[in-house]
Amino acid sequence: MSRDQSTYRPETLTASRPLLWIAALLSVVMMAPVAWLVGLSIKNNRELMLGTESVFRLPYTLVNYVNILHSSQAFGWFFNSMIVAIGQTIGVLVLSSLAGYAFARLEFPLRRTIFVIVLFGLAVPEQAVIIARHQMFNWFGLHNSHLGLMLPGMSSAFGVFLMTQFFRAIPKEIDEAALLDNASQWRIFWKIMLPLTLPAQATLGIFTFLHAWNDYWWPLISATKKEMYTLTIGIASSQTNFAQSEGLGFLSAQAVFASLPVLIVYIFFQRHIVTAVSGGAVK
Amino acid sequence: MAESYRRGHPGHALFILPYLTAFVVLLAFPLFWSIWLSLHKVDLFGPGRFVGLTNYTRVLADPVFLQAFRNTILFVALSVPTLVALGLFLALALNRTTRTTSFFRGLFFSSSVLSVTIVTLIWRFVFIPRDGLIPVIFEQLGLQPINFLSTSGWSLFAVGVATVWWCLGLPMMLFLAALQQIPADLYEAAALDNASPWRVLRRITLPSIARTIMLVTIIQIVMQFQLFGQAQLMTNGGPNGTSRPLVMYIYETGFIRWDVGKGAAASELLFLIILCAAMVQYIISTRKPEVRE
Repeated sequence: MSRDQSTYRPETLTASRPLLWIAALLSVVMMAPVAWLVGLSIKNNRELMLGTESVFRLPYTLVNYVNILHSSQAFGWFFNSMIVAIGQTIGVLVLSSLAGYAFARLEFPLRRTIFVIVLFGLAVPEQAVIIARHQMFNWFGLHNSHLGLMLPGMSSAFGVFLMTQFFRAIPKEIDEAALLDNASQWRIFWKIMLPLTLPAQATLGIFTFLHAWNDYWWPLISATKKEMYTLTIGIASSQTNFAQSEGLGFLSAQAVFASLPVLIVYIFFQRHIVTAVSGGAVK
Repeated sequence: MAESYRRGHPGHALFILPYLTAFVVLLAFPLFWSIWLSLHKVDLFGPGRFVGLTNYTRVLADPVFLQAFRNTILFVALSVPTLVALGLFLALALNRTTRTTSFFRGLFFSSSVLSVTIVTLIWRFVFIPRDGLIPVIFEQLGLQPINFLSTSGWSLFAVGVATVWWCLGLPMMLFLAALQQIPADLYEAAALDNASPWRVLRRITLPSIARTIMLVTIIQIVMQFQLFGQAQLMTNGGPNGTSRPLVMYIYETGFIRWDVGKGAAASELLFLIILCAAMVQYIISTRKPEVRE
């Protein structure tokens, strides 16, 4: 929409050549650490022991990546991360769609009050509940389980808030016509409304997936057994004693390997992610 | 008939029941349970007796807490202005839809999708003595190496650099969204007046996004107050606790020393701070935008 407007714009400071050049320079600074990591990951560990400045010289090798393939541990963590992230995403989508639909388009007793209380949940940071949650999950023996790792994320009010916004945007005439046909509310939701929110589902789904994949504090205290680590925690654990054990090259390769899924998701769904992140923060 | 059906039907509440259950069990109850814990003497062996505000006074008298509080304030005071200024600069520089700018936008936002573990690993490999990128560069230039991660003062700075690198994408995107909302006729009027770019920036652009600048600042304050993973993984709070933030104090109290009541009290204090910031954010975001004055 603003694309047409911007062509009328006078030469303001915005997006002028010098600024763009400074931004380009910053992007080099921004990418240097990543390039360094990738460089380390394609060097032989023994060579790195002698001095890491060898990153700037040949030869390069993929041996560290091959070693990941042989390490069942990293794959186990990857598998855990996948289960937890996908499970949490499905849970959030189901719960948020149902609730968002009801908050946006149905009337029931105490609707407004409950909605306000749920919105208040947006302001509750993880730290304020994590100690109690940890105790509760202990009572039910949920620690060191996939379910225990994916459940806390499902209480997030963000998804409900986002879906309520999306359902509100659908014109009222659509479900009124269906109501005249005597369709049940469930049928309207399932057959008419849900298909209309697919873009919103994608946005929320990708956002939740990334969030679950990158979650740090909860898996850190809930998954204490090595075989239940998520990839995020697994990498953190090998990071804390990296000097002695696997070597810089292997750790770097592991980090590249761990970030590939999110980077792939990011490259393909960039627009959705930006919508979710910026929409959720401002509105 | 349709209208009356839409209006009020208790059965409709079934739609919110699944989420409401999750909300009550996983968020509301733990919140009250945390407050309850913070008022009791609790340890690993189970809930103990009511001690009133003792846990809170213990926290507030704890020099480690006070140091963590100071560290957090210092960290927020340094990282938030940097994030806001850099984010605003990038948004201004990339505020045009071309191939080049969208490539750069994507690039500057890309670090935000990485996990804290990866971010800290990357930056540890930049900062670690001898083998890190910076020591290698310093050596090439013949400079005296600094051990960033274990020198007091520098360690919090290193955590801040990694944090800014990680979090820069969001402020940039929020500013970009706000810049797109500025009505073009404001700029046309300025063009007629032959206003200099600098004047346009100060008189039109910045006042038009003043509300967003406030919002981004508060969002970042809330986010950076919750600093945890970066500090824990890069410096482990060291040396001598000079880079230990509040959340790490809560973590150590509640999950390492298992002083559950005290940890809960500290977490409620942090919650109180964040709640105040969130309320300011709410007030600003519901106020009418001042774009069309």
